[in-house]
Amino acid sequence: MALVLTEEQELLKETAADFCRKTVPVTHLRELRDSKDESGFSRKIWKEMAELGWAGILFPESYGGAELGFAELGVVLEECGRTLAPYPFVSTVLLGGRAVLLGGSDAQKEAILPGVCEGETLLALAFQEAGRFRPFEIETKAESTASGHQISGDKVFVLDGHVADHLIIAARTSGSSGDRDGITLFLVDAGADGLTIERTDMVDNRNAATVKLDGVSVDASAVLGTVDHGADILEPLFDAAAIALSAELVGIVNEVFERTIEYLKTREQFGVVIGTFQALKHRAAEMFCEVELSQAVVLDALRAIDEQRPDLSRLASAAKARLSDTASLVTCEGLQMHGGIGMTDEEEIGLFMKRAKAAELTFGDSSYHRDRFARLTGF
Amino acid sequence: MPPEAIDSFREEVRAFIDANCPVSLRNPRDGETKPAATQADYDRWRDIMIERGFTTPEWPKEYGGGGLSKPEARVLQQELAAAGTYAPGVSFFGLAMLGPVLLEFGNEEQKAEHLPKISNGQVQWCQGYSEPGAGSDLASLQTRAVRDGDHYIINGSKIWTTNAHHSDWIFCLVRTDPDAAKHDGISFILFDLKSPGVTVSPIQLISGQSDFCQVFFEDVRAEAKNLVGPLNGGWTIAKRLLQHERAMLSGGMPGVGAGPAAKKKSKSKKKVIEQPRSALAEQARPYVGEQDGRLADAALRDRIAQHEMDSLCFGLSLRRSAESAKSGQGPSAATSMFKLYMSEMNKRRAEITMSAMGAAGLGWSGEAFSATERANTRGWLRSKGNSIEGGTSEVQLNIIAKRVLSLPD
Ligand SMILES: Cc1cc2nc3c(=O)[nH]c(=O)nc-3n(C[C@H](O)[C@H](O)[C@H](O)COP(=O)(O)OP(=O)(O)OC[C@H]3O[C@@H](n4cnc5c(N)ncnc54)[C@H](O)[C@@H]3O)c2cc1C
Repeated sequence: MALVLTEEQELLKETAADFCRKTVPVTHLRELRDSKDESGFSRKIWKEMAELGWAGILFPESYGGAELGFAELGVVLEECGRTLAPYPFVSTVLLGGRAVLLGGSDAQKEAILPGVCEGETLLALAFQEAGRFRPFEIETKAESTASGHQISGDKVFVLDGHVADHLIIAARTSGSSGDRDGITLFLVDAGADGLTIERTDMVDNRNAATVKLDGVSVDASAVLGTVDHGADILEPLFDAAAIALSAELVGIVNEVFERTIEYLKTREQFGVVIGTFQALKHRAAEMFCEVELSQAVVLDALRAIDEQRPDLSRLASAAKARLSDTASLVTCEGLQMHGGIGMTDEEEIGLFMKRAKAAELTFGDSSYHRDRFARLTGF
Repeated sequence: MPPEAIDSFREEVRAFIDANCPVSLRNPRDGETKPAATQADYDRWRDIMIERGFTTPEWPKEYGGGGLSKPEARVLQQELAAAGTYAPGVSFFGLAMLGPVLLEFGNEEQKAEHLPKISNGQVQWCQGYSEPGAGSDLASLQTRAVRDGDHYIINGSKIWTTNAHHSDWIFCLVRTDPDAAKHDGISFILFDLKSPGVTVSPIQLISGQSDFCQVFFEDVRAEAKNLVGPLNGGWTIAKRLLQHERAMLSGGMPGVGAGPAAKKKSKSKKKVIEQPRSALAEQARPYVGEQDGRLADAALRDRIAQHEMDSLCFGLSLRRSAESAKSGQGPSAATSMFKLYMSEMNKRRAEITMSAMGAAGLGWSGEAFSATERANTRGWLRSKGNSIEGGTSEVQLNIIAKRVLSLPD
């Protein structure tokens, strides 16, 4: 597939850009933060996004989805990145919803996906147990019982965990921490006995929760996919999530870069605009190169998911590593070039930097992905 | 262009390669064996490609070109690559730099005279831009050209002229109006290096090679009909040519591309998934050794991975830029970005090979080092010129800041 947008995708981009600018500009995130909003986003707006077809963008029409692809989701996420729209695409669409799509039984899909597409049902995937992303280091145990399983363990950084209606829990049914095999996914009601969910307050003002499981009992129908083979579902989820976050980061990077160049053309010191200084020009031009080289890899990675290409994982790592690094460069340079005002809460550059850092550290940072890329390339 | 037309052109190209390309210069088909290529094989392939116009596929047929559209030229490139063969590089500066500006700025007589000889490799060109006193500030050049009847008389000197000692003709920037502002008194002229008054003296480089020369002009008579574009209007042409040069420098270096990913769908059902490989890592492996099946040095691994990813992103960006360019649209100021990135990346690559090889990477001559090792040393040194030739990296940054980002002077 070509690395340029089709006419339909261009239209979608316009719609998304327009919606994000009007309905969820950066000030929207600031209001949610300052009012200590309980959900961290507006349910009403999420429903509006669902009506535009975005919540169900990946899902089959039979469940009420738009049945488009990642190329289209990427377009939407990029625009959301530009305005820091804090909506539950990752938790509910990319992780929860897609886990059900990839691994769920017909009954599970029927039960979950229509609600997701409508913007009603919220999901969360609870897999991580420590700060750094190490996908299979899972100690949470699921012991077999007469009727199903009993799960105990602690999860951290569960995106949108505190608002989710259902959690998908990754727990160990065999093997030990670090093993790829032996992980099983369970679809669990957020109200289940023994489940404690606590929202954590994070730098990007988005939602993540700690989840404690203290002997949560589920019956056999709660298993998502097959016992011990949860990694077969998790791996494609992580690849897609890394690519989707990269698409969001493209939006952030482009926005911050454009704002910074604009600032270089307006701020005056020594009687001239600061953009006349060669030291800044060269750094801006170097940034331009990094920004430009960050676009095509994400477009290609999104298409690789849609086309089910064998090089998908390698591209996912290439995209996530590059966008993590470019976002870090552009937000840090952007802030520096704004001078003192860049340090203030009032100037929005800091909000972009915070979100970029969170996206960078989610689903593997650049050193994680460089190492993985090397492994996938045989060194 | 309708897809059926592309498909039928593809078939045509395949049949052409099948019928004409010596098996020693392409991938053997089932049942064939690949013999070592002989000079006769190279010559035959070159002659056939020239005859068909495929050495300059997008040029009009009347000038020795292939008359292909952009999509057709892409098909040709893809099919040559798929067959494991190549388009013979009949000329370097002529093909990638002078040809395109002659097509854009040359008059009919100039095009008819010079283009076919680029296309068939008969005339080799070199680039007379830089002077001892005019490098980055190219427009301050001093080589003078004074009209005398049907000729211009040229005096001055050019330096760093790549391949001048192996070239037949030079395209040269000369000052035709010393009183005008510096950009407004320059003309673009072509002349024969065998003309009386031309002296070419090679310069030895840090790599030990003599790729380039200083060229001296003493009352050299150049025909006035070979002045391209308007008198004193050479600067526009000069800049345009630099864009073509930078585009060429961004695509023509080794190891770049979208990598081994995305095998084209073949007609056969069985899907071969090849483990992608890194040429750089494979080159390093014998020197670095392995631990648990991976390159033993984790820090080096990280540098190689970074390089491979940059190269992948670069290849995809080039592809995207080609796909989004409107047909007939040449290189733009953004070409500076590719030129800059390519040269810096190529230098990093060479530094990585040096780190990987250790003292084995220091070989200069003699049998203690393999030919590959010795070539590597020289390649590392040569790579340092990447960020100087065709305009330095700092100059590319200036261009991006001014022309792309519109930052004020
Ligand atoms: C391998 C090789 C092949 C070449 N082939 C040819 C050829 O075939 N034909 C030809 O005409 N020329 C050729 N050149 C010459 C090349 O184009 C020049 O060397 C180049 O443009 C730089 O000019 P200079 O060497 O005079 O360096 P200078 O211009 O003196 O530059 C010295 C340093 O100052 C920096 N600098 C200069 N101006 C600025 C500025 N405004 N802002 C910031 N930094 C600045 C430069 O980036 C550089 O780091 C070749 C050079 C090399 C290395």
